[in-house]
Amino acid sequence: MKRIDHAEASSFFIAEKENEAFHDKRLWDLRQKRDHQRDDVPEWNELRELASAIKEHTLSHLSDYLEQFEDNAKKNGAHVHWALDAEEHNRIVHEILADHGVNTLVKSKSMLTEECELRPYLARRGIDVIETDLGERIQQLDDEPPSHIVVPAVHKLRGNVADVFARTLGSDPDNDDPHYLSEQARVTTRPYFLAAEAGMTGGNFAVAETGAVVVCTNEGNADLSATVPPLQLASVGIEKIIPRTEHLAVFVRMLSRSAVGSPITQYTSHYRKPKDGGELHIVLVDNGRSERLGMEDFWTSLKCIRCGACMNTCPVYRRSGGLSYGGVYSGPIGIILNPTYDLRKYSNLPFASTLNGSCTNVCPVKINIHEQIYQWRRILSEHNQLPFVKKAAMKVTGKVLADPKAYRRTIAATDVAMEHLPRFLLYTRFNAWGKQREVPVTPDQTFHAWYLKNRGTS
Amino acid sequence: MSSRKMILDAVSRNQPSAASLPEVPAFDRDLPPPWQQFQERLAGMGGKFARPVPDGNFDALVRELHPDANIICSATPEVTGNRDLSDVREPKDLDDVDVGVVRAAFGIAETGSVYLSEMEFGVNALGFLSQHLVVLLDPTDVVGNLHHAYRRREFADAAYAVLMTGPSATADIEGVLIHGAQGVRSLTVVEAPRPSV
Repeated sequence: MKRIDHAEASSFFIAEKENEAFHDKRLWDLRQKRDHQRDDVPEWNELRELASAIKEHTLSHLSDYLEQFEDNAKKNGAHVHWALDAEEHNRIVHEILADHGVNTLVKSKSMLTEECELRPYLARRGIDVIETDLGERIQQLDDEPPSHIVVPAVHKLRGNVADVFARTLGSDPDNDDPHYLSEQARVTTRPYFLAAEAGMTGGNFAVAETGAVVVCTNEGNADLSATVPPLQLASVGIEKIIPRTEHLAVFVRMLSRSAVGSPITQYTSHYRKPKDGGELHIVLVDNGRSERLGMEDFWTSLKCIRCGACMNTCPVYRRSGGLSYGGVYSGPIGIILNPTYDLRKYSNLPFASTLNGSCTNVCPVKINIHEQIYQWRRILSEHNQLPFVKKAAMKVTGKVLADPKAYRRTIAATDVAMEHLPRFLLYTRFNAWGKQREVPVTPDQTFHAWYLKNRGTS
Repeated sequence: MSSRKMILDAVSRNQPSAASLPEVPAFDRDLPPPWQQFQERLAGMGGKFARPVPDGNFDALVRELHPDANIICSATPEVTGNRDLSDVREPKDLDDVDVGVVRAAFGIAETGSVYLSEMEFGVNALGFLSQHLVVLLDPTDVVGNLHHAYRRREFADAAYAVLMTGPSATADIEGVLIHGAQGVRSLTVVEAPRPSV
């Protein structure tokens, strides 16, 4: 698999100046709305502790809880399927749909089905899959993957959406009013809800105690998918299990507050039994999760509830756009999840971070995201997956940092060099850092020199 | 070996050493008056609120709220409407409903949500295919926060349950907030004490 070059891919996004500027602003706005909601909940940090502890407890007893969930779901009359990997997930879903003669499937947004690449799999087998979340629908019609796990088309401006809809839905190309565009999506999707023989959702949580799958959405599309067609499917990652209904309170209180800064999603839906005369199929998917559970440094990434707060706060993500990460998951959470699927392909991603720790600070389930990013860098270095330029530079840097005298000589020489070197030497193609940045003005004196002068002996 | 067994074996083999399950408090000291907070939070989520009707004529109130509505379908006896839910054979029969009416089992002050399930809806799609939704709610049925809500029996009994908070909404295009994404375009909660039995 070809290595994703995040820096190169992001250069395409950065070239779209208006999109990049808006993207940065919009996601920072979400971050600020999140802060506002946090301040409104006095027990916020206690909730984070609880959420983390509940997840760690569940993951450490996961096999028992999975069996309990299956047991209760079956008692409720649901069918429970187990998929080892993406291929098996897609095969199971296709078999269910084929058995019921399904031609059209309406579905709500699910990162898991993106991960499994379900849509192209079903399309090749003649089943029409309609994404019904607005952002996801825009991305489907534009033949692009989602760029953000919560707001899939956040990298697009209204004009981009108007172009996509004009080209695919026949709407007015000159009307880029978001109200008009959203209404176009509504009226063109409605016939699919009525015609579809099956509807599909993902799952934000699966409650072991009741066998319920819980889905949190805003548009009403997940509930239309689930309540109108007779056949209902839900694909759920095995890490989404929580023990009891009362635990939902902890997660639901934080999910939408962390994601978009609203106290709750417009719809928090609990699917437990099939509708009268219908069927409910739940597919439990592993796809690398059980293996990740055994990775000492990385298993806590399975606590993730997919709120996207780490993406919204990340300065690298906000300026490079989700598509530049080349994987289903982008931003800080993508950096730590994607390498577990393919170390070589995603070997560049752990460097798409300043390690400022903001992702860790906003995470509602307290995943030490920036520490895991750093840990991936170590592993990549051990597996000899560092890009050549980085490796050569690190070697020199390592030697210099290991020797205080050499370090001081280098700093002094660098300061002189910075003042006098011509730009073409500083901004070479080997210095990726210099591509979008100016070197800051350096102080006249190093801290070491200042200390010697003002505080005496060293 | 079945995939089920392979997954469960791999999980058992790899799961980290046992961590304990914490008790979850109700976080209910110093909660504000629930009915007032419910109305504020509902408004914050784009929902509307209607005062009680003195003469108890809820049909007239629904007409007043939605004067252009042709088809009104009610799942609660306080409102008659003009579409009988018992005639519905398939959920999609409700496609032409302008206003759906339903009584919520309870509300949540913290979020401005109402709890609805198949017990309240009759046909669940009524809450989503209708263009507008009117929800009757008894002020004494409002709980303080989500911890109280999730300790109620209803979640263990319902085949389908939804916490509905305001109308359907999207901000997927440039963050512009739009009500009426795919579900209802408006949601109005009406203060309506339960009829005494």
